[in-house]
Order: sequence, then structure tokens, then C-alpha cells
Amino acid sequence: MDNSIEIDHLSTYFYTEEGAVKAVDDVSFRVPLGQTVCIVGESGCGKSVTAMSIMGLVEEPGGKVISGKIDFGGEDLLKLDKHSLRSIRGNEIAMIFQEPMSSLNPVMKIGEQIMEPLIIHLKMNKKKARARAIELIEQVGISRPEQIADSYPHELSGGMLQRIMIAIAISCNPKLLIADEPTTALDVTIQAQILDMLREIKTDSNMSILLITHDLGVVAEMADYVIVMYSGKIVEEGEVVELFERPKHPYTKGLLKSKPIINQRLEELYSIPGQVPNPLDLQESCYFHDRCEHCMSICQTKQPQLQEVGNQQKVACWLYEEAVTHV
Amino acid sequence: MSEPLLEVSHLKKYFPITKGLLNRTVGHVKAVDDISITLQPGETFGLVGESGSGKSTVGRTILRLTDKTAGEIKFKGLDIHSLSPSELRAIRPKMQLIFQDPYSSLNPRVRVGDAIGEALLDHGFASKGEVRDRVLDALVSCGLSSYHIDRFPHEFSGGQRQRIGIARALVLNPELIIADEPVSALDVSIQAQIINLFSKLQETRGLAYLFISHDLSVVEHLCSTIGVMYLGSMVETASRDELFRNPLHPYTKALLSAVPVPIPKFKRDRIVLKGDIPSPANPPSGCKFHTRCPYAVDICKEQIPEFREVGSQHYVACHLV
Amino acid sequence: MITTPTKLVNPKRTKDSPVKSSLFKQSIRKLSKNKLAVSGFVVVIFMFVACFIGPLFSPYTDNKINMAMMNKAPHLKHWLGTDALGRDVLTRVLLAGRISLTVGLASMMLSVFIGSLLGALAGYYRGIVDQIIMRIADLLLTIPSLPLLFIFGALLSEWKIPTDYRMYIVMLMLSFVGWPGLARMVRGQMLSLREREFMQAAVVLGLRDRRKLFNHLLPNIVPLLIVIATLNIGGAILSESVLSFFGLGVMPPTPTWGNMIDAANNMIDFQERPWLWIPPGFSIFATVIAINIFGDGLRDVLDPKQKR
Repeated sequence: MDNSIEIDHLSTYFYTEEGAVKAVDDVSFRVPLGQTVCIVGESGCGKSVTAMSIMGLVEEPGGKVISGKIDFGGEDLLKLDKHSLRSIRGNEIAMIFQEPMSSLNPVMKIGEQIMEPLIIHLKMNKKKARARAIELIEQVGISRPEQIADSYPHELSGGMLQRIMIAIAISCNPKLLIADEPTTALDVTIQAQILDMLREIKTDSNMSILLITHDLGVVAEMADYVIVMYSGKIVEEGEVVELFERPKHPYTKGLLKSKPIINQRLEELYSIPGQVPNPLDLQESCYFHDRCEHCMSICQTKQPQLQEVGNQQKVACWLYEEAVTHV
Repeated sequence: MSEPLLEVSHLKKYFPITKGLLNRTVGHVKAVDDISITLQPGETFGLVGESGSGKSTVGRTILRLTDKTAGEIKFKGLDIHSLSPSELRAIRPKMQLIFQDPYSSLNPRVRVGDAIGEALLDHGFASKGEVRDRVLDALVSCGLSSYHIDRFPHEFSGGQRQRIGIARALVLNPELIIADEPVSALDVSIQAQIINLFSKLQETRGLAYLFISHDLSVVEHLCSTIGVMYLGSMVETASRDELFRNPLHPYTKALLSAVPVPIPKFKRDRIVLKGDIPSPANPPSGCKFHTRCPYAVDICKEQIPEFREVGSQHYVACHLV
Repeated sequence: MITTPTKLVNPKRTKDSPVKSSLFKQSIRKLSKNKLAVSGFVVVIFMFVACFIGPLFSPYTDNKINMAMMNKAPHLKHWLGTDALGRDVLTRVLLAGRISLTVGLASMMLSVFIGSLLGALAGYYRGIVDQIIMRIADLLLTIPSLPLLFIFGALLSEWKIPTDYRMYIVMLMLSFVGWPGLARMVRGQMLSLREREFMQAAVVLGLRDRRKLFNHLLPNIVPLLIVIATLNIGGAILSESVLSFFGLGVMPPTPTWGNMIDAANNMIDFQERPWLWIPPGFSIFATVIAINIFGDGLRDVLDPKQKR
């Protein structure tokens, strides 16, 4: 299966006055063409930083992509010069963020903001770009597109703004759409609309989506393939049904168990004890060990690597390492 | 039947919209538009709604953090909004609030122990010597420990800060806790911890909750009665089991079907509402939901539906029910 | 049974830091890393020590006129030379420093006290209290401060205030001009802090006004206040120097940096005797800059926007 993007051994560190934070620690994965890959994890797991690293949005000083290779259409994005990277961004790879209000320019009309990538990347003239912008606004389900095109961001609601973000993102028919928590700030009924729309667009244009979220419900709805991150590392990945029905890593299991599901009320919710470790305090060990009910002595001293455990699933956990379980 | 702990009757809260140099009032944002809730001691009520529903404003108005425009709020028989400042202060310990944002609800310059204990001193519930023990008690009930007393909020994670906020409310031995989206800002695994904490505290202390949230799955877990709000009005109220089994209002049904379920390939009849939530400054005529309702008919545009009982303890405001 | 997290990860990174980390200690630590701010602080301390303790080592403090030594360039007996009356410039500069620094510090403290008290009351109680205080403050702010000081200074001379008292009157004048700005700032802080969620929490808890003001609001205002106050000192020193330069502040023979420059304000002294005006001029310059650099460093450390 062809991949739209391949990420190999990506590491991004942030340098603070208290030490280096390994925000993304040796992460590798692929996003196949036309598929949706979800990176799921909680705060501090590195999922957003991964997306930023792909788009080249990690700012120096402070943050730096230390190593890795990002293969997009034969080119290594990390080795591209600024000019080439800019021509890919918004064009072949697009990104939408969590807060549409802060991602849009408050002093530019909506229509102009949609026209920008069309003019710059697709070299359209203003007239054509405007016509296409109107089309796009309609495509994302907004009525009276001409009126909206002449409005400013503050006149629209959060849901509408996110649709506009999507319109801008898909305007140049990107191969890959990166969506960083696109619906977290939206109401649940609006979220349903946006997710439906994303699915439709994906099917119509065979676009790949890299969706970053903390909401397992969204993952179940959208993903073909799931990657679970914790403290900068991938702890488990696999095809969506497999992962939800037969989770392997204790963290994944814990996450799934602790989410309250409607009409499945429990006396007491399962909760993973403790909390995410301080990124500055990480020692050589499995980062999850102090919260894991299956913690063994090796977990406290050595970091497990991602291994295939059959059926397209991979886990990084000592419980699944042949050598260990036979001790 | 004992006296209800909290009785909210036809509560209205309108915010004036002003325009021009002289600040003329040109309209009103009807944040809360005729809401009635009754809470018995130890009862848990979940108030659910999306942005613009007015649910947070209801909570704040009940506690008189803001004035009401009309209606009555009675706590243990006392009309909250007509109490004098000192009478109000005296009753405050009995009704406490948990905030949504664990980062801004704690004063960054006040140590945790002080933040929790100071209300005890101000109300004369404990002497200086006794305070520390009471604070410790509250901390332990919330899953924290003594070495947290002298620390500052910024040294804690979101989940821990939320626990501190809960301990702060708990130490006064309240009878009612209004929780305004207390877990929305937390990670999923921490949410579960805090929800469990709320649950345990309710059982051991017989607390009454007014639990405000947009997340139905959380509310289902904690509340025995649930009310659904839309644009300032209550559209449906029922016991938990009844609401989830038999939702009657189209909005409730849409809300339930919109929640993403963590089961891949889950088949459901999703009702996707069209359009956006209207602005509370300019609500639609008649039934406020008619602009998005898949079943709207003419009468829905013209007449405001009555909020009436249609089953045992099950109330709906809809012309089609 | 509740799954109480028994293995809670310790707050911050501290299995071994038992120290109650207070804001104060944290700030000191952060500040000491800012080399510029530290050097500013060192210079200020140096000036204080030099001006208050230095003259004790000088044989020239009696201000005696010594015509034999007049207008001599710097040499071994007089490190910075002498002035037109044969007085030692170095000693005079240091003594002048005492005045300038004292006036600067004292007027700052006075204006901070008045300004923050009034600003706090205005911001906390709002209503008519706010209106009255702020209207007065606004009025004073619209009047340019320097001309106002000049008027006061001229009045001092008109009313023939004895020179001994002039220094104190100048302090009062400067704080009179300085408090409105501070009041505005404190009031602004009060207004925004009141709306913060932790203040709403204080209301819900039923805390008393006094506790809300002193335990909750004040500690949040103090950091910014410290910064503003520090920077205020520099401004006060400058204003005092300007006043005495124009002969409207502290008068000779009591030396101040300003009136020393004023004394050298003629073609000959300016061109041929730089040791008369460079030392006092440089002292003003160095002191005010050092205070400002230090104040900036303080602001970087104490600015609440950076704290999370």
C-alpha cells in the first residue's frame, strides 16, 4: 500500500532552563494514501509536537527537531529549504488547528483568507480564486457563501470558523491533511457535523488524514489506524477495530476502560492511578511503569521497544517481549 | 416530603446589550430564560447543554455571583437574592462551587493549606489550632496528602488542582455543591479519577449536586436526574434512566446521538443537526430549536412550547410530543 | 473501594526538595541568572554605599572654602579636582548622592504608599469612591509634571523656605506628582484581578473583605508594584536633579548632582573644567540606568504573564 507520508525515527526536543524535554522521542509511522491515522494520547504525550515537526513549525531556539526523516512524495521534509517547504505547506500538506479563532487572521476577510493559498500555490488569478473560494465555502456546508466570504472571522461562530479552516485546508487538494484536535473546542452537535464532513471529503478526494486527538470516541469514528502515544513515545499502534477490541498495552487498556460510555454505566469508573510523569524526570525505563499494575522489575530499568505482535499491531511493553516472559 | 434543598422557580437572567455613546440598552442576551429546578437533599441533578445554553449562568445566579433578572431562588427555604450581605455570607458555606478551570480557580500566591483553611477561620468554624487538622482531613478525602499543604498551586497538575478546589469546597461541610464543568479541562484518565471522587464524596457525605456539563456520559455516571438546556430554556427533564432510554425532545435525541462512542464501526442513527447554534442575543421565535430541528412544523415557529409533564417525572417542551 | 492513587507522582520534581518553594526564593533564583539585572543591582548598591559611607573617609566634609585650591584639575590630593571655591569635587559628588538617593527613595515610598492605597480602594470598592479618586488622579495626570514641579519650586523660593527644609518639601512635591500614575496602575490591576476565577471562589467561600484584599488581591499586585516602584526611583532622582539644576530644588551650598551641574553651566567651566560637571552628570546617568536595568530584570521575573 502506498503511503502519503513516512516518518522515521523522528525526535524533537525542547530546551528549557531546567533541562531538555524529549517531546517526541524516536517516533516512526506511516500514513497510507486515502486513510485516516489517529494519534491519540493525553497532554504532554507529544502528539501535537509530532504534527508541528512534520509541518516544520517547531521554533528554534527552544525547540529543535533532533533527528529523523520525513518522506513525503520522495522528499525528506526535514532536509528541505524554507522555500520548498513553504510551497508544500498549504498545498500538498495542509493543517487545521484546535482554535479556529486564533488560526484565522482577524483583520482579513474570510474570502481573502481562502483565496490566499489558491493564488500563491495554484497561481490562480483573483477572479478565479474568488469563484473557487465561494465554491469551497459551499462545499463545507455554509449557506450564503458570498455573504460569508465578505465577513470577518469575529462575525462567525466556532463551528463555522472551523469549516472555513477546512475549506482553506482542502483548497489546493492536499494529499495529506493534518488535523490537531479539530473538534475539541466545539460543541458536541457541531463536532458531529465537522467529523461527518471530514469523512466525506476524505472519501471524495482520497485524501489522507492525520488526526490528533485525546477523545477515544472521535478515534473510533474516524480512524482506520491508531497510534497511542505516551510521554513522547509510541506505546501501541494498530488497526482500529483490533486496537479497541484487543488492546495490548496497559495504558491503552486503561484509557479505554476509563472512558464513560453512554448507556453503559458502571458503579465506579476505572481510573489509571497517578499521573503523567514530569518530562524532565524521565529515566531509562518504561515511562508508564509507575502507573502500571503489571509493572515488573525490568520495566523500571529498561525501555521496551516497539515490537510487532501480529495482525498489524505493535506494542512497546515488556509483557510482550519473548525474552522476558520466559524468564 | 421534606423541604427541598434548592428551589429555582422561573429564573431569568438577561444581560443588556448596549450601543452608542450613551450606552443605550438596545436588546438583551437572554442567557437564562425561565428555568425551574428543584433539588432534594442528597439529590444529584445534571444540567446539560452546549454553548449558549446558559447552564453556567444558572449555576452562578443560584449562588448569587451575579444578580437575577426575575424568578426566585430558595435555598433551604431562604430567598437567596433578598438576603442581606451578612446573611448571605452566613449561608454560603452550605452551597459551594467547583470551577471548570483548575488553573485560574486557585490564587497562585496563596499556599494550598491556606486556600483550603481560610474560610474556616473567616466563618469561625475552627480556631487557628484546629484548622490544620480540618484541612488535612479534606485533603485526604480528596486523594491528596499533608505535604501538599505548604505548596503553591503552580506546583501541581491540573487533576491535583481540581482536587484542591474540591477540598476547598468540602472543608466547609456544604450541603449543595454546584460543579461547573469540573472535568472538561482534564485529561481522560484524570477525568475518571475526579468523577470517582465526586461519586465517593456524594455517597459518604450525602451531598446534593448540581452538576453542569456538556458531556452526557459524565453526567450519566453521576446524576440521578438530568435536565437538558438549549439557548436559555429547559427543553427536557427526566430521571437518568428515563432520559437515556426514552429521550423525547429532538434536541436531546440529537445530543445523545452526536456523542462519539469509543466503539469502532458503531452503528447508530445519528441525527445530524443542520446549522449552528443561534446567538442567545437573537433567539429564534417560537420554539428556539425550530431552526435546527429536523421535525419542525409551522406551529414550532410561532408558539413557544409549554414545559409539561408527559411521563412520571418526565418533562418536555415540544409541540410534537 | 475507591482506586485512590497511592503512588502519586510528587508535585514538581521533588523527591528530595523539602524546601517550601516560595515565590520570593524562586524570583531571587531567576533574577540572579540575569547578568544585566545583577550588574544593575550591583551598581546601585555601590552608589548607595559610596554615597552614604564614602564621605566618612573623606577629610573634606566640612565644606570649607579653600581659595588656595580653587579650580584645580584632578590630582592626588583631590581625586576629582576642586570647584570654584576650592571644595573637593569627589566628596561633594558623594554627599550630593546622599540627597539624590534619599529624595528618590523617600518620594518613591511616599507615592507608592499613597498611590496604591487610593488605587486599591478605588478598584475594590468601585462606585463613588472610585469616581472621586480617579477624577483627582486624572486631573493631576493631565498636568505635565515638570512644569508643575517648577511652579512648586518657584513657590518654595517665593515663600523663602529655609534650605534645610527644602529637601523634604521636594520629596513631598515629587510624590504628589507621582502617586496618580501608581494609583491608576493599582486600580487597573484590582479591577482585572477581581474578575479572576479565584476571586469568584473567594466570594463563594464567603471570605471577609479584609482577607480578600490582603491575602488574595495584594499578593498578586505586589510583584508589579515592586517593579513600578523601582522604576519610579529612577524617575524621581531625575526629576530632583532637573529641579536643582534649575535652582528650584535643594539649594547650594548643599550639593546635589543637579545643582553641581548647574554651577558648572557656563562656557569656561564647560569647556575647560570637565571634572566639575562630568562626575555629577555621570552619577545621575549611571544610577538611573542601573536602576532601570534592575527594574527591567525584576519585571521579567515577576511579570505574571510569564508565570504558569
